[in-house]
Amino acid sequence: MTVYAVPGTPGSKVTFKSRYENWIGGEWVAPVKGQYFEDITPVTGKPFAEVARGTAEDIELALDAAHKAAPAWGKTSPAERAAVLNKIADIIDANTEMLAVAETWDNGKAVRETINADIPLAADHFRYFASAIRAQDGDHAQLDGDTVSYQFHEPLGVVGQIIPWNFPILMAVWKLAPALAAGNAVVLKPAEQTPVSILVLLELIGDILPPGVVNVVNGFGLEAGKPLASSNRIRKIAFTGETTTGRLILQYASANIIPSTVELGGKSPNIFFSDVAQEKDAFYDKAQEGFVLFAFNQGEVCTAPSRALLQKPIYDSFLGDAVTRAKKIIQGNPLDTDTQMGAQASNDQLEKILSYIDIGTKEGAKLALGGERADLGGDLTDGYYVQPTIFEGHNKMRLFQEEIFGPVLAVTSFTDYEDAISIANDTIYGLGAGVWSRNGNVAYRAGRDIQAGRVWVNNYHAYPAGAAFGGYKSSGIGRENNKLALGHYQQTKNLLVSYSENKLGFF
Amino acid sequence: MSTTTITASVTIAGETVPRVELTPVAVDLLRSLWEEHGPLMFHQSGGCCDGSSPMLFMADEFITSDQDVRLGQFDLAPAGDPAQPLDFWMSAEQFNYWSHTFLTVDVVPGRGSGFSAEAPRGVRFLIRSELMTTMTPFAGTDQIEADAEAPPAQATIPA
Repeated sequence: MTVYAVPGTPGSKVTFKSRYENWIGGEWVAPVKGQYFEDITPVTGKPFAEVARGTAEDIELALDAAHKAAPAWGKTSPAERAAVLNKIADIIDANTEMLAVAETWDNGKAVRETINADIPLAADHFRYFASAIRAQDGDHAQLDGDTVSYQFHEPLGVVGQIIPWNFPILMAVWKLAPALAAGNAVVLKPAEQTPVSILVLLELIGDILPPGVVNVVNGFGLEAGKPLASSNRIRKIAFTGETTTGRLILQYASANIIPSTVELGGKSPNIFFSDVAQEKDAFYDKAQEGFVLFAFNQGEVCTAPSRALLQKPIYDSFLGDAVTRAKKIIQGNPLDTDTQMGAQASNDQLEKILSYIDIGTKEGAKLALGGERADLGGDLTDGYYVQPTIFEGHNKMRLFQEEIFGPVLAVTSFTDYEDAISIANDTIYGLGAGVWSRNGNVAYRAGRDIQAGRVWVNNYHAYPAGAAFGGYKSSGIGRENNKLALGHYQQTKNLLVSYSENKLGFF
Repeated sequence: MSTTTITASVTIAGETVPRVELTPVAVDLLRSLWEEHGPLMFHQSGGCCDGSSPMLFMADEFITSDQDVRLGQFDLAPAGDPAQPLDFWMSAEQFNYWSHTFLTVDVVPGRGSGFSAEAPRGVRFLIRSELMTTMTPFAGTDQIEADAEAPPAQATIPA
């Protein structure tokens, strides 16, 4: 076990600056209006740095820098861009612990997750897209003996990206890596709950990128996010967040006739068929863990398996074992590597989770575990901690239909295959799902019948580069994590060439 | 005079009972934001990071359509003053799952909210919910988990 020192104290892996400016044109630039806001660590509920409160004026400066950088960056060879992305990946790997502690302090999540998932995955995503852009070919077709159609990929130019707070560095990288690989310049707005960790990364990698290729402007959604998303100086807007803002972003995109990819949350079913429990073996143990993964990242994952569907014959026994297991979740100081569940990311997030626990109780759901705020005492007493919570109920309850974005699981039962699929698909969302069965035919069919972009079969919460990620239904538009994402950041140029000397003959 | 709760008018055809109200602290905040920004509207968001919470926009900033339901209209103006109408919207597909609940818009300290207008004030709108006596919860649900208790039949709408 290791307990990392609090940032800024002796022996800590990271010391934050007292104030962070915007990163524009390869330099730290103070906000035009001179305003700042406090970044609060959810670990203790206390502020730890001031951050630029960017406005439309700062977004314009960032767009100026991006437009200046985009033409030259877009003309670099795929090999050159891949080399830059690989260098970034190497630097991330060389600074894993530092970045992990910074991320944990900014977001509140357990450091074992940032060390083993967030930061290594970020490095790997840069490497994946470095490879993908080098392997990408255009195509051509010989339409007749003298006519050839050539198709080239071209960068869009300057793109906007708005990042969520649940995996601040990794979600930024999911968007940055394909955009940069494809040759675009980026203006990126982090979430105002977690504005600093991405800047810590920029301190490391900023001088590897040509000035203006990546620009980061912090601030509030209304003041900085909206001017970016609605600007007529971007050629694409990417967003991860919730449905109403997603619709607003799409409205802004329609006004400028630009593409938009939006990833908008979910209420993912995790289905356990009876055969899972036919032996109490390693697979059963794995399935039990798969159930408890609702608490991964404090439940603050768009794909959190927040609805567990258990087949009736195993309902009581499987749930009983799983509740016992969830009781053993170690909640504590996020900087302790033994801690399994850290703090929720903000006070309003904490309040929202508690409000859903309240309506769940009023709707008649039965509490099987937790259900309250957790007071961890000492320095952590004002941090934003919630007990792992399990409710039993039925799928029409709001507990089963609303993304709570906390460690709150809603459990129900199903009779047969058709019932399982019907309940699983009875939701406005379609981002993630889990299917657990020893019968490969059942697992395959269920995976295909569930209306969701990612179905984990006999596993959950893996996010390897290469596996396409994105939503069906109201969970959004577009795919990340896979070479398909390059297409979201590229124009298609068609050259239609005639090699014939003969005229058309029309005029 | 201290601020009081404001209950929204009924805007859904065929209904007679209000669906949304504002706590006094929400009323004060909305009046202040109205002074800063002018006319406002709410759209209740679905899931993900800042979601499952009401989003406050400039009126008409968010384009509603037949895919949205207007749950009610508040009048923020003190008695005798010109009306300050503020609509509360939700997507129709989300309303399918919310229609049995009465919503109270409250305010908590917070940070960040998509593009919602209150974030720079360091606060966040939050929904608190009650079951409505006039609605049948979970209509059409033929299978309720045997272990779950039935929903209370006589929940009341708060005054």
